[in-house]
Amino acid sequence: MPRTLFDKIWDAHVVERLPDGTCVLYIDRHLVHEVTSPQAFEGLRAAGRRVRRPAATIAVVDHNVPTSDRRHGIAEPESRLQVETLERNVAEFGVPYFPLLDARQGIVHVIGPEQGISLPGMTIVCGDSHTSTHGAMGALAFGIGTSEVEHVLATQTLLQAPAKNMLVRIDGVLPAGVTAKDVALAIIGRIGTAGGTGHVIEYAGEAIRGLDMAGRLTLCNMSIEAGARAGLIAPDETTFAYIAGRPYAPRGEAFDLAVEYWRTLPSDPGAVYDRTVVLDAADIAPMVTWGTSPEAVAPITGVVPDPAQEQDEAKRAQLRRMLDYMALAPGQRLQDVAVDVVFIGSCTNGRIEDLRAAASVVRGRHVAAGVRALVVPGSGLVKQQAEAEGLDRVLQDAGFEWREAGCSMCLGMNPDKLTPGQRCASTSNRNFEGRQGPGGRTHLLSPAMAAAAAIAGRLTDVREFA
Amino acid sequence: MQAFTTLTGIAAPLPLANVDTDKIIPARFLKTIKRSGLGVHLFDTLRFDETGAERPDFVLNRDPYRQAEILIAHENFGCGSSREHAPWALLDFGIRCVIAPDFADIFYNNCFKNGILPVRLPRAMCDMLMEDARLGGNARITVDLGAQMVVRPDGSKIPFEIDSHRRDMLLQGLDEIGQTLARAGAIDAFEAARHARQPWLPEISAA
Repeated sequence: MPRTLFDKIWDAHVVERLPDGTCVLYIDRHLVHEVTSPQAFEGLRAAGRRVRRPAATIAVVDHNVPTSDRRHGIAEPESRLQVETLERNVAEFGVPYFPLLDARQGIVHVIGPEQGISLPGMTIVCGDSHTSTHGAMGALAFGIGTSEVEHVLATQTLLQAPAKNMLVRIDGVLPAGVTAKDVALAIIGRIGTAGGTGHVIEYAGEAIRGLDMAGRLTLCNMSIEAGARAGLIAPDETTFAYIAGRPYAPRGEAFDLAVEYWRTLPSDPGAVYDRTVVLDAADIAPMVTWGTSPEAVAPITGVVPDPAQEQDEAKRAQLRRMLDYMALAPGQRLQDVAVDVVFIGSCTNGRIEDLRAAASVVRGRHVAAGVRALVVPGSGLVKQQAEAEGLDRVLQDAGFEWREAGCSMCLGMNPDKLTPGQRCASTSNRNFEGRQGPGGRTHLLSPAMAAAAAIAGRLTDVREFA
Repeated sequence: MQAFTTLTGIAAPLPLANVDTDKIIPARFLKTIKRSGLGVHLFDTLRFDETGAERPDFVLNRDPYRQAEILIAHENFGCGSSREHAPWALLDFGIRCVIAPDFADIFYNNCFKNGILPVRLPRAMCDMLMEDARLGGNARITVDLGAQMVVRPDGSKIPFEIDSHRRDMLLQGLDEIGQTLARAGAIDAFEAARHARQPWLPEISAA
């Protein structure tokens, strides 16, 4: 029977199938960070258990670290305690770790692919929902809770029921100015934030094959915002070229053997999906969110919707609440919305390609008066690369702050956050109420669109940006 | 983990869809290294104003819902992050059962690891239970996991579906890690076979 990419990876990792269909699933890679792991290590300690396979595990700090001057450590006591706790735990349990001042430190979902730790055909987990990012490598990657982190540390397995298969196909070629972020937002706009619940989404079609690895990582990253357990893209020559030579990737003959296996992974012709969604690339425009859910999204040329047009009473109330929180009026043009802050970074859009896209928009221009704009590289190595290319100068000359690697303003648990009422054009992944700081208002968009917003001082169409 | 068998209690109506994990507990309260004590931050921005004072109109700030053990909500409850702090905060507040038309996958999973029962029921049923819940303290709802039934205050019963593995783990309050470690032989055999098949799979060291 023809199998999908998901079926193949799943089948290759089933240790045991329980009577009700739940599987003991083997986990190849476990990424650990400071926020969702302390209670898991504490659980191991209390039960006298060890980490079964430290060499399948990598730890890093990213969520609550400051992104400016780190020479004097972390000022905030609770954040410092969490980081110190991770450092004690990795030492005690023998887990490989990239410390804060190591150039390899960065956002867990940036460093996995960057280091060649995340490879095709693998099962990859992390106590973070955006683990779906690694699906771009052709790996089954999904977020787990802290109890499951403990379960993986102790057993290198998880108990999981198989997901359903969903195919999202994007036909044709993306128009100029339209990026993977816009594709992700367009898909979520179509299927909704619960559209992928219970499913693993495989992205396919000409537009997907045409994406570079950075774009694929952005797209798979946002799968969780569509409610999917994971996102997947079949590994191809683009994938193999990206992996070759990465520090933890196989080398020489081992690499050739690996590629031989990876070529068997793409879905078989005739494989059956539980659900298929098709979009035409030509119909996708640069997108921006206007509400407090990623599905509250429209093309930049669009307007804020009118709750009065909504038939369902509960939805109408929710829409009103969103516009109230976002301080937007029905019918307002998105291009007229002024912003206070621009954030370029995160596991969604903190890679070198994202910084290049931003720099190319702002080169020779300056951030609008009154706008605070910051660029936060996804890893220390992304930062080094950007500096080698002179992007840091371009961005700083334009008035952007140039920061150290971390999750930064994506989630409001480190010093980078919005103040109440501030409006932010953000390349991150969630626009929930208070996500970037209590009372903060988030508009999700691509790095190029964010850069254009910084220059214009308002949301603007990067395609008409001159 | 505390077992979940039958629960009879006050149910709080929360007629919102897409209740995300940032709403259940904002990220700034995730800087703890413990599982306990998060109940005071449950639904922080819905429950408290900028000065930290209670918002009197929020359901969990009103009697009898301060004692609620069941929460009834709309679609896609628990969407967003994987933070287990969300079920920890619910549990610490005293909520042991959430009833909604559907749940985000990771949140749904996380509930079972903490003795919380998430019950999926069609929207119309949730709306009926929401009306029951609005009657307050005299309208207790019973959730019977063994029988897979929600019992309304008038005694009428609503059946619900759940995976048998998850149901049994919750009914018995079993330590899942201990159960899996008992399969160590099968895991060893899997690893050995895999290494033979794919010897190129690299190991990680931080050096």
